[in-house]
Amino acid sequence: MSVLVLVEGLNGEIKKSSLEAASYGSQVAKELGTTATALAIGEVHEDALAKLGEQGISRVLYDNDPRLNNFVTEAYVKVIAKAAAQENSKVIIFSNTNIGAAVGSRLAVRLNGSLATNVTQLPKINGNSFTVTRGVFSGKAFADVELTSDVKIIAVKKNSIEITNQGGTATVEKFSADLTDADFAAAPKETVMQDTDGGVLLPEAEIVVSGGRGLKGPENWHLIEDLAKALGAATACSKPVADIGWRPHHEHVGQTGITVSPNLYIAVGISGAIQHLAGVNSSKVIVVINKDPEAPFFKAADYGIVGDALEVVPKLIEAAKALDK
Amino acid sequence: MKILVCISNVPDTTSKINFTGDSKSFDKNGVQFVINPWDEYALTRAIELKEAKGGTVTVLNVGEADAEPNIRKALAIGADDAIRVNAHPKDAFFVAQQIAAIAKEGGYDMILMGKESIDYNGSQVHGMVGELLGIPSIVPAFKLDMINDNTARLEREIEGGKEVVEVQLPFVASAQQPMSEPRIPNMRGIMTARTKPLKVVEPAGNEAKTEYVSYSKPEKKGGVRMIDAENAGELITLLRNEAKVL
Ligand SMILES: Cc1cc2nc3c(=O)[nH]c(=O)nc-3n(C[C@H](O)[C@H](O)[C@H](O)COP(=O)(O)OP(=O)(O)OC[C@H]3O[C@@H](n4cnc5c(N)ncnc54)[C@H](O)[C@@H]3O)c2cc1C
Ligand SMILES: Nc1ncnc2c1ncn2[C@@H]1O[C@H](COP(=O)(O)O)[C@@H](O)[C@H]1O
Repeated sequence: MSVLVLVEGLNGEIKKSSLEAASYGSQVAKELGTTATALAIGEVHEDALAKLGEQGISRVLYDNDPRLNNFVTEAYVKVIAKAAAQENSKVIIFSNTNIGAAVGSRLAVRLNGSLATNVTQLPKINGNSFTVTRGVFSGKAFADVELTSDVKIIAVKKNSIEITNQGGTATVEKFSADLTDADFAAAPKETVMQDTDGGVLLPEAEIVVSGGRGLKGPENWHLIEDLAKALGAATACSKPVADIGWRPHHEHVGQTGITVSPNLYIAVGISGAIQHLAGVNSSKVIVVINKDPEAPFFKAADYGIVGDALEVVPKLIEAAKALDK
Repeated sequence: MKILVCISNVPDTTSKINFTGDSKSFDKNGVQFVINPWDEYALTRAIELKEAKGGTVTVLNVGEADAEPNIRKALAIGADDAIRVNAHPKDAFFVAQQIAAIAKEGGYDMILMGKESIDYNGSQVHGMVGELLGIPSIVPAFKLDMINDNTARLEREIEGGKEVVEVQLPFVASAQQPMSEPRIPNMRGIMTARTKPLKVVEPAGNEAKTEYVSYSKPEKKGGVRMIDAENAGELITLLRNEAKVL
């Protein structure tokens, strides 16, 4: 048996979150005394796949059926189930992405397995029993969960596992699951990717610059965008900012938006309501810029500046531009 | 059209989260429970579709009797009837099994849920129900319209973009904003909700596939370091040299 890791591509490259999943999978494999095999679905550069050796993957199964370039839940589940059967995999690792969640839950039922999502640490393995730690209550707590079935499926929370680099190359083998038209019955009519303007995708970002109502209006958003650009960051916002239409909804972070856990989260003109914190509180370093010294966000911050965003942010942009990369 | 909306009963978003002394279970003391906020998007969209096209909206909760005030609230917002499966929701598979059993029996055209429950943050139940019933699951969706009597058009979020999916009934979908604008029950709704049917049924099957062993809370932060606004640029230096995140 080998540990199977689902890797996702984006523009032909492997997503950072999938490199984390691969690192996780190969460490589990090592502890179980076996190897880790990756499965890539849809168009990904083959040299990028071979480089998964650096994360401890020995083989990559590659299904580049062009119909799979778009995400199709049913077809993806079928491909993964077939790969798991071929590899006799009892442990399957994903990243906790929208795709991972969509396929993981179906797969768990199909393979009669235990599923844990939002997992933040390597499992404690004791014979056939795995105990994993997962984030619950929107980042306010962790739970230790035992996976009691024979097949164990783990979706790893983004940015919670260090990407390993142990050198080495993986062999890449073509893989096909003999899909039929029925598997594409709920295929997307259309896939529209956001124009990130050469910037960074929010769910994958290591640095996030986020703005709240304190920015006063969309006309000041260039401050958020320029700081993000200077730091190589993605941009985000609070819920009211998306609700009033200053920013698109896919940028809204928090309890009812996207959860992010970047290395650095910079909050500008955001009060730090508990629902906002729920989406960002697992960020490694939090910076808060607010003109009100009593803003609750300062309690959750590592660094803080009390001041007017419109005056402070230009200074940060200037300092960030002066950094040598 | 018959729509089934699954709602979970969760601690209010402002709740302080505590566990019992042995860290083995969630301490409900002093906690206010609400309809899972994501589920409200599903509920309101279901009611909007009913208002536009006719049909019924049934709400379903797998939970104990203390969930009933929020089930009544869903009825007050505009659902027609409700079912409570009388059981402690042990894990996602356990819940999915109950929902699938009810859905099979009721022959629903559409099963709507929230993107995730804000207590267990699983994002699992919808896919499991889809698989148990052998029907598509479109998750997480932020737009849902009927294009004719048996085809729906959904927009679902994928990382970095969206997919537009057209799918035949029946299907499962999970909801997130801006699918609909959640409603507050009005007086008339609250009055009529009292007499709407709420059926309590016993669980079908008892299987769970995971076991919650214990809980813990994140470590407290070390405190905030303040930087003078006049020298804001110093922050960037600290982030590079001290925090080492740039
Ligand atoms: C069920 C539920 C779910 C929710 N989910 C979310 C969620 O997912 N995400 C989310 O963000 N919110 C969510 N909210 C809303 C949340 O409670 C807050 O209302 C929201 O986060 C506040 O946004 P804000 O900080 O941008 O605005 P405000 O609360 O208006 O705060 C603006 C801040 O900017 C500061 N400020 C003003 N001017 C300046 C200036 N010139 N320079 C610097 N600072 C300035 C002010 O001091 C203030 O602290 C939810 C609420 C509920 C009830
Ligand atoms: N106990 C429950 N009763 C009814 N529906 C539930 C229950 N738990 C979860 N759900 C539904 O499943 C969705 C996803 O939940 P989860 O997989 O726990 O994140 C929720 O938004 C609800 O719509």
